[in-house]
Amino acid sequence: MTATNTPALKEWPLWEVFVRSKQGLEHKHCGSLHAADAQQALVMARDVYTRRQEGVSIWVVPSVAITASNPDDKGELFDPAADKIYRHPTFYEIPEEVGHM
Amino acid sequence: MSAVLEKPQATAVVTPVNYLLHLADNAVVLGQRNAEWCGHGPIIEEDLALANMSLDLIGQARLLYSQAAELLGNGATEDTLAYFRDVPDFRNYTLLELPHHSALVGYAKTDLDYGTTIARNFLYAALMVPMWSQLQTAADPALAGIAAKSLKEASYHLRHSRDWLVRLGDGTEESHARMQAALTHLMPYTQEFWTHTALEKEAEAAGVHLDWVQLAADWNALVDDALAEATLTRPAATGYVTQGKAGLHSEHLGFLLAEMQSLTRAHPGATW
Repeated sequence: MTATNTPALKEWPLWEVFVRSKQGLEHKHCGSLHAADAQQALVMARDVYTRRQEGVSIWVVPSVAITASNPDDKGELFDPAADKIYRHPTFYEIPEEVGHM
Repeated sequence: MSAVLEKPQATAVVTPVNYLLHLADNAVVLGQRNAEWCGHGPIIEEDLALANMSLDLIGQARLLYSQAAELLGNGATEDTLAYFRDVPDFRNYTLLELPHHSALVGYAKTDLDYGTTIARNFLYAALMVPMWSQLQTAADPALAGIAAKSLKEASYHLRHSRDWLVRLGDGTEESHARMQAALTHLMPYTQEFWTHTALEKEAEAAGVHLDWVQLAADWNALVDDALAEATLTRPAATGYVTQGKAGLHSEHLGFLLAEMQSLTRAHPGATW
């Protein structure tokens, strides 16, 4: 056996799985799984999340790489947007020539 | 009248039923065997992976059995071939019917050993990838079609089993030892891949051409490459040469078939 300095992992790190569907342009988060490394996470994601032809491309990201907002900050982060409906582009007339936007 | 050189009539090649059954039995027996992990996988992702691969194999078997049934006629169906034939009728490699454990008597119950599962899947997938790849261009269009579909599945099975072979081989002291033991146990059974029996001769005479020299070279290269990366030693393939494909099986196939066939035999003709 090759001598290696990395001991075998007792706990596998967590990975977030993103799958792009055939029609979709973007990868969407669909779940998470434990795997020893990125390559293994990809293979496992294939078996767990694409069994029903859900996707044509998979991303895996170490969960620790994700910085999440604190649910307790919900008020200050998101509530101020509630009364600013003018930010929705529903008050503009879109010229015919523009077509679908 | 001038002599006209006649183009040789292109006769449709039909793969012999026995050879179709051999390929189908290989797939169904390994599919059934690996399905034993369903609900018992070491982790849920592997549980799903093995069930997925079993379904790939059973799907391959269905196509091959259907083709054989069509040639047989007489009311034969994929179900009669899978569920109403007995041990001596099965033509799978003995390797594929062995339990997920080192040598055992047929009725013994014991823990499933993932190393054995992985080693067997690897040894078989490393054969089927080059074999389906050759059969893709088989003169029998039905077989060529099945081969093209199966090649993609086998390629994934090879990728999956090779990945684990390397991880466990080049893993901890225990995983290395268990992987090596599994290989040492299974390698002698691979001798059956290369015996040129009546089965292969019949297929060859019917026009199913396989380049066995190339096949063995491809298989050896895949095995050597993976074992080197896994820091495992290639065991000798010596000793008794099994003859599962001639219907002479180990004591394990009967137990496997009993479980697989009991429901259909208890309720023949049942539909759902």
